[in-house]
Amino acid sequence: MPVEFRKDLFANERDDTLKEIGQPRIRQDILGHVSGRSPYYDDHLFEGLLHMRCVRSPHHHARIRHIDAGAAERMPGVVRVVWPADVPHNINTLLSLINFGRDDEALLQPSRVTYIGEPVLAIIAKTEREAREAAAAVRVDWEPLPHVLDVEEALKPDAPTVNGEYPNNTFDYHDLYDHQKLRFGDVEKGFREADHIVEGEYRMSPIEQAPIETCGAIAAPETNDRYVCHTATQGLFFSLAVTAKLLDIASSRLHFIGGTVGGGFGGKVDSITEPMAVLGARLTGQPVKFMWDREEEMQVGAPRGAELWRIKDGVARDGRILARQFTGFFDSGAYTRLSSYAVVKGTGHLPGPYTIPNVASNVYCVFTNRTPATAMRGFGITGVDFAIECQMDKVAEAAGLDPIELRILNAYRDGDMKAHRREAKNCALIECCQVAADKARWPLSPQSRAASSMTEGGVGWRAEIPETVTDQVGRIGERRRQALPSEPGAGAAATGRVAAGMRRDDRSVELPPQVADMAKEQERTGYSGKVDLPDHAAPASVQPAPATPVQRPAAPLPTQPPPPPPPPAGTAPSLPPAAQQRADDPEAAEQARRRAASRFISGTRRRR
Amino acid sequence: MSKIPVQFTLNGTEKAVFVDPGANLLDVLRRGVGDLSPKYGCAQGTCGSCAMLIDGELRLGCLTLAEAVSGARIETTGGLQTGEEPHPLQTAFMEGFAAQCGYCTPGMIMAAKALLDRNPNPSRDDVIEAISGNICRCTGYQPIVDAILTAADRMRGRIA
Repeated sequence: MPVEFRKDLFANERDDTLKEIGQPRIRQDILGHVSGRSPYYDDHLFEGLLHMRCVRSPHHHARIRHIDAGAAERMPGVVRVVWPADVPHNINTLLSLINFGRDDEALLQPSRVTYIGEPVLAIIAKTEREAREAAAAVRVDWEPLPHVLDVEEALKPDAPTVNGEYPNNTFDYHDLYDHQKLRFGDVEKGFREADHIVEGEYRMSPIEQAPIETCGAIAAPETNDRYVCHTATQGLFFSLAVTAKLLDIASSRLHFIGGTVGGGFGGKVDSITEPMAVLGARLTGQPVKFMWDREEEMQVGAPRGAELWRIKDGVARDGRILARQFTGFFDSGAYTRLSSYAVVKGTGHLPGPYTIPNVASNVYCVFTNRTPATAMRGFGITGVDFAIECQMDKVAEAAGLDPIELRILNAYRDGDMKAHRREAKNCALIECCQVAADKARWPLSPQSRAASSMTEGGVGWRAEIPETVTDQVGRIGERRRQALPSEPGAGAAATGRVAAGMRRDDRSVELPPQVADMAKEQERTGYSGKVDLPDHAAPASVQPAPATPVQRPAAPLPTQPPPPPPPPAGTAPSLPPAAQQRADDPEAAEQARRRAASRFISGTRRRR
Repeated sequence: MSKIPVQFTLNGTEKAVFVDPGANLLDVLRRGVGDLSPKYGCAQGTCGSCAMLIDGELRLGCLTLAEAVSGARIETTGGLQTGEEPHPLQTAFMEGFAAQCGYCTPGMIMAAKALLDRNPNPSRDDVIEAISGNICRCTGYQPIVDAILTAADRMRGRIA
């Protein structure tokens, strides 16, 4: 179907003097595509190219007892076995480059695997086939551990810890909460005033990006002490910086060439193949290719994460939505990658393109023993949009209204205040609904027909930030004391109110802390010490700790070392104090090594 | 493991290479003789990005033994443009925005050529059937089908 330009809409908001926009143009790179000459990374030929293949976990969750690569090392064509200890700084999180989140993922996992396909070792050989055969000959002694594959199961107090850096199985937001909060107005008040309460639950499965070109990179030493890397990455400088960090190498020694990507859709931002290929080139002094085969692309390639959303709406008789409450769960898989950001992005999107005076949400970034999730085409938005629009149909049904008219009634108008406290501008939902109804020959009432995004908005309550109820529910560390994740807006938990009209960006007003508890405390930035493995490996006979509140030491003086943080309640009896850790515990040793190494790397944050 | 000599013509040029027993034609074309237009997508015969014509028949390079093509005539997208102008299929793909990332395009164009070689006046269903072994993740296929039909029209006009 040809693109239709509706010049009748928003004529005063459009510049018709543009030369290129709106004109058909031939892609500048398409001659290369149709002649087979576009330079994808694998189209760069190197003499003496070596091939790298990974040994991967067959378990959702297992401890590595022992790896025997002796036979593999002696097989024909094998040049080098790459061990986790060969990775100079074997810990990273993608968004550490913008100082968001803590390093939680190794390039090659040294001690404990947490998803099927997690790499533990790599083989470099002269041919792809020899690398494959040698990888299959590596013997790993696995000790399978209990695993968790469901976001709600992962939030239960007795769930196995997936990601040692986040022992509660949730990403930490703002060093304060185990979820991303949005509070706007008072949803409980909205529910009380409503004529209908409409609740819905919506689930999305993970989706693999499935590019036709699998992820991969070729790296080779250059003559000037640099490494060239041809890569399929979608984020060239992202991959360059991650490689510099993991390999502890100056970024000026990395010469990255990319830009011709055989389909990405978000799946080529994770920067895994580039550090592996450059590491291989560094260890062997020869060109090395690290290419995922189709099976790896499907099993190991990070998908769009699964999502679970619960929405509760309070609706007036005329169809106006008075209050909307979300509880969301984003399945991050075993590591953070970009899911922490997806949750922030998704929260900024709430409550959808509708002007609703009372909105509250708790959204959790949850770790499970599934393939780590990452970017894919609107990730963080697409899933919750699906949930919101299904919910709108449900609201229409409950209120006995036409679904399109319900949307027009509640849609953002220019000038309305959005729940994340920004003004709605350039709104177009009403006009889209009207055009869609016309195309489908769907009858609209004269009132809906006459509606416009450019009228009625930005006046009275629609333009204001309402008085907002706040709460402290979901502080980091509470999970294992409370049984289940909290829902937003529970009246009894409210601990403060922000007066109407206060803008977060209004610096002329000194806002006092709503409650003393809101001041950040150093001791409450999550758990410290070794908490993961004994936690769930302990026999079921371990008694839960008495339900006494965790002791919070006073803030330390700057000259004193911080006091040892409290152990998590409910797991304390099985936890050895850090000082008594066995010296031969490989995981503890690895943690200590990473901690020591990370001091020298910028952009690295560690759990205190 | 001794190598096996193989001779074939690639886009009209004679080629002679030594191949490993069991080597697939895709690897031999890409690494052995440097025709990079067939792409590696799955190596298991499901995606079609290594599609090529062997003695006029549409074949997948990843499933073809290199030693089995001795004496054969191989055509790939890399050799499609013979004169100054691109092939009508290439022109139609460019004008119709029938390629985005471009990775499936060389295989897609060979599947289309196989169709037009035996049926110069295909129906829309014929085109859909002809490219059913080629996966594209970007375009949603409609621009590709349109481009192949456009190319067929132009090629018939040129012959007539």
